[in-house]
Amino acid sequence: MRTFTDRALNLAQAQGASYADVRVVRRLTQQITVKNGVVEALSDDESQGFGVRVVVDGAWGFASSSTLSPQEVDRVTAQAVKIARASTLFKVRDVRLGPPVISTGTYRTPVQIDPWKVSLDDKIALLLQANQGLRSSPGVRVASSSLAFWREDKTFANSEGAYLEQTKTESGGGIEAIAVDRQRGEVQKRSFPNSFGRDQRSEGWEGILAMDLPGNAARIGEEAVALLSADPCPSGVTTLILGPTQLALQIHESCGHPIELDRVFGTEASYAGTSFLTPEKYGTFRYGSAAVNLTADATLPGGLGTFGWDDEGVPAQCVPIVREGLFCGYLTSRETAQQLREIVGPGAPETSGGAMRADGWNRIPIIRMTNVNLEPGSWSFDDLVADTDDGIYMELNKSWSIDDKRLNFQFGTEIAYEIKNGKMGRMLKNATYTGMTPRFWGSCDAVCGPTHWRVWGTPNCGKGQPGQTAHTGHGAAPARFRDVQVGVLK
Amino acid sequence: MLGQERIKQIAELILARSMADQTEVMVSASDSALTRFANSTIHQNVAETDAEVRIRVVLKDPSGSGAKIGVASTNNVEEAALCRTLEAALSIARLQPPNPDFHSLPAPQPITEVASYSEATAGCSPETRARGAGAICLLARDAGVVASGALTTASLEFGIANSLGVSAYHRTTQADVNTVIMSDTSAGYASAFSMDVRTLDFEAIGREAVTKCMKSRNPKPLEPGEYTVILEPYAVQDFLHMMTWTGFGAVAYQEGRSFMVGKLGQQIVDRRVSIWDDGLSSEGVPFPFDFEGVPKQRVDLIEAGVARAVVYDSYSAGKESRHSTGHALPAPNPMGPMPLNLFFAGGDTSIEEMIRGTQRGIYVTRFHYTRPVDPVRVVITGMTRDGTFLVENGEVAYPVKNLRFTQSYLESLNSLDGISRATRLLTGMGGMTCDSVPALKVHQFRFTGATEF
Repeated sequence: MRTFTDRALNLAQAQGASYADVRVVRRLTQQITVKNGVVEALSDDESQGFGVRVVVDGAWGFASSSTLSPQEVDRVTAQAVKIARASTLFKVRDVRLGPPVISTGTYRTPVQIDPWKVSLDDKIALLLQANQGLRSSPGVRVASSSLAFWREDKTFANSEGAYLEQTKTESGGGIEAIAVDRQRGEVQKRSFPNSFGRDQRSEGWEGILAMDLPGNAARIGEEAVALLSADPCPSGVTTLILGPTQLALQIHESCGHPIELDRVFGTEASYAGTSFLTPEKYGTFRYGSAAVNLTADATLPGGLGTFGWDDEGVPAQCVPIVREGLFCGYLTSRETAQQLREIVGPGAPETSGGAMRADGWNRIPIIRMTNVNLEPGSWSFDDLVADTDDGIYMELNKSWSIDDKRLNFQFGTEIAYEIKNGKMGRMLKNATYTGMTPRFWGSCDAVCGPTHWRVWGTPNCGKGQPGQTAHTGHGAAPARFRDVQVGVLK
Repeated sequence: MLGQERIKQIAELILARSMADQTEVMVSASDSALTRFANSTIHQNVAETDAEVRIRVVLKDPSGSGAKIGVASTNNVEEAALCRTLEAALSIARLQPPNPDFHSLPAPQPITEVASYSEATAGCSPETRARGAGAICLLARDAGVVASGALTTASLEFGIANSLGVSAYHRTTQADVNTVIMSDTSAGYASAFSMDVRTLDFEAIGREAVTKCMKSRNPKPLEPGEYTVILEPYAVQDFLHMMTWTGFGAVAYQEGRSFMVGKLGQQIVDRRVSIWDDGLSSEGVPFPFDFEGVPKQRVDLIEAGVARAVVYDSYSAGKESRHSTGHALPAPNPMGPMPLNLFFAGGDTSIEEMIRGTQRGIYVTRFHYTRPVDPVRVVITGMTRDGTFLVENGEVAYPVKNLRFTQSYLESLNSLDGISRATRLLTGMGGMTCDSVPALKVHQFRFTGATEF
């Protein structure tokens, strides 16, 4: 592979590139979906190719191809250089990358049972068993169970001397029950262990077995049917306890995205938007209460944002984001780290925090979340509920929306429970809550401890033009928020 | 791009080697490039050459009850990789239980040729894209504001063949530009889409967004509540997408999740509303067949306010013993068929007349981050973005800070005050759809929150 990558790097430099990198990527995916006892989808997909990224005359260019041949390397590298030259037509500043990156090494996701070595028979049998469990409740109209496996082999080399080989493996699975009341035109849904099809982690088949999808299926089916006759979530301002999966998405949307420094600098403005966390807030802005400690940790075992090096060759690291409520860190690239330092001075890190990730061979790396986590507190869940006189517990996301600076959000959850006098009470449906990001995190007065904490996967984070889907992780334990507006549905 | 002959060779190779009872081959290839700008300079400039071969095999169950289906794909078009992919699809099929609902791959039908290819778009150079982006950036610089956006040109080709005789090929091009212009306190948006890059007027797009940005400076807060709204086509396009996700497809209908369930033949929205899908119309960017090689049919989804039909692929059609309408997506696809060429019929008024006839209301340029809250009622939440204004006494009074809405789109289509004559062609869902949409005026649109900008 070195011959291949050297050819691209040498040619790029010979044609005028002051910097070049090349990634060669092969990705395998397998997806299986069983719906109402029938295998509705089963596919094995393979995608391979390479991408060459160059800086010429201070401007970026990138080209990519699925054909791995010497002739195509030459064509694509020349195309990347030509594109970079076109980029200079309206250049306002030169690309500055800071200190060189010269990492070398290999990384493999630790896997106990390789999911590609588990037979399709075993995978289908597990899904059929779980699917049957979902349908044990007669009111379940649609029962779905699914598995997804993902493997990426990636070689990265740059003109500064870095050469890296990584193999990432992910396993995901989930079940979903939909109950329908046709007379009232009502549909309710319950999922496990996470919503929108599955939870996914950087691990092997052992992670799927640990989910115990068949063991949870009957309960999930029953809850979907029970929601049809549950009371609707009332409207008002109250205390809210969020379960860990909903909290993971809350972190993703209202913490993870606003700390992406490319958004802050406006380079995502035309699509995903910008961020309220402008550079003058760095090190001074009160993001949340003293109970709020956030990190971006690319070394976390099992996280979808865990790797050896990012797609600029920067080593995986744990970056403090919020310490006891005070905002103290961004997700950065080599280029944006230099720009931040120019603005805020030597208080900002000299090098990238290692958050540049590309969705395959045909996309450039952009700043993405790694594993953005709310660090655990010290409460037990039972004590947290017992300490709450009046409130609502919400869990598992059903809908999510947030403005383009990541301030005003509204989430809906699959299920909720009333809390009265320190006890969980009646089930509630159609639960929603809304708020403004700093105010909401400022109202957090309790986070559960390490025994309730785990990393959840978000395998569907969209960003960038052309569109890229990132796999991100979010560590979370249940947490409590005061004075939250709940219930906006008429 | 592989070209029609090479695609045909690939399909023939796989069909000849397959031992399955039925086999389908979908070959796609693309050359695409995107020039992205922000802070009034080009910051990303990328190109991609890709191809995909997707193989679906069908093994009939000996008992006669259904079939086993396997799908595998690769983007490596060398013969060894193609054979390996075929074997993977066969292995997958052999190992699974039969699907009793699957009847057959589609049989061949005559396909109407449509033209949707532009040599100018296919050959668009990085310099041409840079000049287009630059035209917008210069307009922004002259106005003292900053431009961001993206300009995409792409050529794509699709070939679909199956062992029953389906053999279809089509090539198309796409050119798309969008921009967000920002000042310290405001933003403006504009976009355009065409198969021919020469028809995109970059300066006009830039002027539209710059003008909107300048007019929306220093927005004032506005209390949430129910307002009459005037929605530009950019916002109305979201109505079509959300109705697609929640109810225009056969799977949602068959599973009882669609707002169309039990309503076919009934008045569900205002009589002035007609929505149809037509992949063959030259008023959009036509594509003659779906991802199973079935000819696209015009499907009237809502006609004069009456729910008429949903769209089908061969699998969902087979469940009801009917024919596909030509709306399949690539296999495997548990989501089911989707309309990708939607038309919302224009009306008899204009945006200017809508404003003149409004005592108090809100003018919305577009929506952001919309999601279903109650899919059956098509209750959607989202934010306004890039130009929101208060309208008072028949005039645009002043810009307002962005608002969150939580509103049933179906109810809005029953609360119509007007539909613009003019429609706009827009692309959406990551370039998958091509939609023709008017502006709407709607009363009692429910805003449930506000933000700080």
